[in-house]
Amino acid sequence: MPIPLDAPEVLNREFLEIRARLLQVAASLDRLDRAGGSVESDPRLTKIGHALAILAGSQADRAEQIQLVFSRPYDAKWIGPFKRERTNS
Amino acid sequence: MYYFDPHIHMVSRVTDDYETLAKMGCVGMSEPAFWAGFDRGSVDGFRDYFRQLTEFESKRAAWYRVQHYTWLCINAKEAENVSLSRQVIAMIPEFLDRPGVLGIGEIGLNKNTKNESIVFCEHLDLAMKTDEQILIHTPHLEDKYQGTRMILDMLTDDSRIDHGRVLVDHVEEHTIRAVLDEGFWAGMTLYPVSKCTPERAVDMIEMYGPERLLVNSAGDWGPSKPTAVPDFILAMRLRGHPESLIRRIVYENPLKFFSQSRNFNFTPPEVYQPVL
Repeated sequence: MPIPLDAPEVLNREFLEIRARLLQVAASLDRLDRAGGSVESDPRLTKIGHALAILAGSQADRAEQIQLVFSRPYDAKWIGPFKRERTNS
Repeated sequence: MYYFDPHIHMVSRVTDDYETLAKMGCVGMSEPAFWAGFDRGSVDGFRDYFRQLTEFESKRAAWYRVQHYTWLCINAKEAENVSLSRQVIAMIPEFLDRPGVLGIGEIGLNKNTKNESIVFCEHLDLAMKTDEQILIHTPHLEDKYQGTRMILDMLTDDSRIDHGRVLVDHVEEHTIRAVLDEGFWAGMTLYPVSKCTPERAVDMIEMYGPERLLVNSAGDWGPSKPTAVPDFILAMRLRGHPESLIRRIVYENPLKFFSQSRNFNFTPPEVYQPVL
């Protein structure tokens, strides 16, 4: 389904909001840097880094890809271990 | 514009919310059974909750000419207690023929555990034996992708299930395609932080079209906004979408999905006369 608005109009409407949200993220990361203690080994920080890399890319499904960065992996064979546990319990 | 909120927990809201929703065009809603914020201790706790859903909540809605429907189950969070869950599942049929009961829901997964999946499958079995529609909760945040895929595995593994009579709720960008591709209905929940914004819901309408898609507020006792569907209507208008498309998503689609339930006796708002 086409978007009723063209790209220049979308940018006109959303530029200030995008700018504000980028600044919000930047300020949050600055705040992390200024705060005491260390979170360097926190996996959430790694995920944020991956998400920012996707944001800076040019692929068309950034929202979906960032969702996946923050998701646990899915194993299509999940039901096997559950069934074994049920059998053994 | 008239609209229908297909997923909202009005037992957690004050009567003033009914008035506000009615003023904003809400003429119908469906309320799935869910977690009360604490684990209930007995099957009688659930029996009383189901009485509230089927007896009082519909009356409170009718004061404001809103037609109220409901779904019954033990939710995914309390499903960790398999023994209690089985007692509740055995008790649910007492209520299935009551006016306004649309089916089994919101069942699903919370932390994607073995017990949750056992209770989910036993709910599916009840729904198939009693010919009920199904409304499904998918997990939150980092558990959503894995849990949604597990739910789809269990649904597609049961050949008795008519996919067109199942609504999989709380879809987002990473789960919507798999749900629609399997022929299920999909619901987008508009939550301030943890789920989907009105603007992202509009994006998904643009990417996937309006077929088998619903939007809801899932307003409850936590941070949530019962007037989120009107926010979505406004976001659609600002994006330049026609009124006919908006009406299809917020009014015609819910009626089409719910009409498959034997207890869905919706009266068009123009002629609705509630019995108070």
